[in-house]
Amino acid sequence: MSQALVIVAHGSHLNPDSSTPTFDHADTVRASGAFDEVREAFWKEEPSFREVLRTVEADEVYVVPLFVSEGYFTEQVIPRELRLDGWDVEQWDSDGTSADHTTLTARDVEGKTVHYCGPVGTHDAMSDVIVQRAESVTGDADVGDGFGLAVVGHGTERNENSAKAIHYHADRIRETGRFDEVEALFMDEEPEVDDVAEFFESDDVVVVPLFIADGFHTQEDIPEDMGITDDYRMGYDVPTAVDGTNIWYAGAVGTEPLMADVVLERAAEAGADVGDAIVRVRSETGGVAGD
Amino acid sequence: MQSSLSESLAGAARLAQTVGESVRAVAGFYHERTAWRELPDQRRAFLRWVEGADERNVADRYAALAREGVTRRWGQLLLTATLATDGSRRYDLRHEADAERGVGDLTTHDDPLDARHIATNDDDGRYRPLKTAPTLRTGWVFPSLTAQQVVQAVDFFYPATVANWYREREGDLDVTHWRETAERQTGIYDIVDELSGEQVEWLAESCCVDSQCLKRRMWDEDEDTELDVPRGDGAFPCREPCSLVIAAARKWAVFEGESEREYTFTLTPSEKGQLEEILDAVADGRVDEIREADVFDGANRYRARWLRAKRAAEDGTLPAVEADGTGDEADGADADD
Repeated sequence: MSQALVIVAHGSHLNPDSSTPTFDHADTVRASGAFDEVREAFWKEEPSFREVLRTVEADEVYVVPLFVSEGYFTEQVIPRELRLDGWDVEQWDSDGTSADHTTLTARDVEGKTVHYCGPVGTHDAMSDVIVQRAESVTGDADVGDGFGLAVVGHGTERNENSAKAIHYHADRIRETGRFDEVEALFMDEEPEVDDVAEFFESDDVVVVPLFIADGFHTQEDIPEDMGITDDYRMGYDVPTAVDGTNIWYAGAVGTEPLMADVVLERAAEAGADVGDAIVRVRSETGGVAGD
Repeated sequence: MQSSLSESLAGAARLAQTVGESVRAVAGFYHERTAWRELPDQRRAFLRWVEGADERNVADRYAALAREGVTRRWGQLLLTATLATDGSRRYDLRHEADAERGVGDLTTHDDPLDARHIATNDDDGRYRPLKTAPTLRTGWVFPSLTAQQVVQAVDFFYPATVANWYREREGDLDVTHWRETAERQTGIYDIVDELSGEQVEWLAESCCVDSQCLKRRMWDEDEDTELDVPRGDGAFPCREPCSLVIAAARKWAVFEGESEREYTFTLTPSEKGQLEEILDAVADGRVDEIREADVFDGANRYRARWLRAKRAAEDGTLPAVEADGTGDEADGADADD
C-alpha cells in the first residue's frame, strides 16, 4: 500500500514567493522519506486542487491544507475542488480550531482513499512553530523572559474562525508562562497591531504574524502599520524601537522550517505511517526531537 | 595495402558498434518487458510515447535509441531517450530552443525538483503564473534523468499534463465546460457565470490560444455549444478553465456590467492608426521588441509620449466629449441578457 502526501496551499498569480514555503516544507517531508510521493497543489497555481489527485500514483492520499485557519478555503473551496464525495464539515467535528481529519473518496480518481486533514494553522504543534519563530528572529533559543509576544492575524474575513486560531495559539503560549505577556492582535479589527506597543509593558515584543507566506500583508501592511518603517521598500531593522518598545518583527510564521513538522503531524494523525520522520524532522528544523 | 588495412579496421569498428548496439537493444527490450511492466499505466504509456513505441517497429526503435536517441517535444520541452548499457533509459531534458546546444553550454541539473524553480520565471525574470504559457526559460538541461525522474520533472514543468494526456488517450478525459466551472464558483468569483456566450469566446481568444497557453482547449461554453476560437495544437489537453481564466473572467464580468456610452475624440488619421498599433503591440506582447529609435512603429515609446503630450490631459486622461443621452441605449448594453 503506497501513500502520498498532498500539501494544498493558496499560491498567487502575482507573487512568486507565495508558494515558496509550500515547496520548502514539501521538500523537507520528501527528504524525510515518510511518503512514497509528495506533491504541492494550489488554488492559484498548478497543479490546481482540481487536478492534483490524478498526478499521484499512491492509493492512500493524505491532504494537508497549508492554511492558517478553518474556514472558507478548508471547508468549502478545497473539498469542492478536490471533488471529495460526501464531504461535510461536521466530519471534522470542530469548534473552529479542533478539526482533525476525515476519510473520503474523490469523484475523479478511482481506487484512491483521500484522508482530508484540518489545516496546519489550527494544529497544536503550530504553537511550537510560533515560539520557534520568536527564537529565530531574536537569535535566542531561550527567548521569553522579559519579552512580550504578539500573535497577529488578519482579522475579520469570511468567518470568525480566522480570529479563533489566533486566540487559540496566543492562549496556549500564554499558559506555558514562557513569555511575560502574550497578546492576540489583528490587522483589521480590535485590538489592532497598529498600536502594538500600547498592549505590552515589556520593553521587547516579538511580533509573529500567523500567515503562511510573506507577501503584501506581512511585508508591507504590518510593518508600516506598526511604524517600524515609513516605507516598506526601505526595509526595517530587527528590532526597531517604536514608542520606547523594541519590536522584533518576525515575518510570516509559515516560512519557519518547523512548519514541516506540523504537516507531518496532521498526516500521521490521519493514519499515515511516517515512521520516525516526525522526530527526525523536528530535530532537523530546530524543534525539540521527541517532544 | 594500407588502405585495405584501414578499411578492415573501419569495418571491424562498424561491426563492433553494431554488436554493441545489438546487445544494448536486447537489454533494452528485456528491460521494457520486465521493469516497465511494474510501472503504473500512465507513466508507462508516457515513456513509451516518448520513444515512439506505437509508431515504429521494435528494431528501428531500438536502433534509434542505441544511436542518437529518440526525441519528442512536450510543450516547449525537448525529451531525448537513449539506452544505457543495462537496457534502462536515460533522458536528456531541455528547452526545445536549446536543441542544438552542447550540454557544456547549458546549466546542468540532476534533481527533478529543480524544474519547479526553472519554471518560476521567464527569460526576462518575470513571474510565470501559468506553467503552460509559452515562456519557459532557456539555457538549462537535465542531461541524464532516469525514467522515473523524467516523468517527475515533466510534471513539475507542466503539472498534470501527463495525467490528462493519458486520460484523453484512453478516451476518458473528464472535460468540465465553461458553464459548469463558472456556476461552481463562490466568493468573489461568483459573478463569472454572468458572462455571455460571446464574452466567453473573447475570454478564450484572450487567454487560451496557442500564443498564450500550450494546452489544447477541450472545454467549450457547454457540452452542446462549441466555441469558435481555435483549440490549439498542443500535445496535452486543457480539460477545464484554469484559475487564471477565472480570475480574468471576474474582472471582465465586472467591466461588462457597465453600459456603453458614445464618446467623441479628436484624432488625426495617423493618431487613430497609432492607437490601433499600440493595442496590437500590447495584446501581442510585442512592446519589448520595439527598438528605441524606431519611430516608424506606432507603439514606439517616443511616439506614445508624443501622443500623450499632445492629446492627454495632465492626469493622463484622454479628453473626450460624451454624447448626450446615448449612455443607456448603446447597442452593447444588453450583452448580458
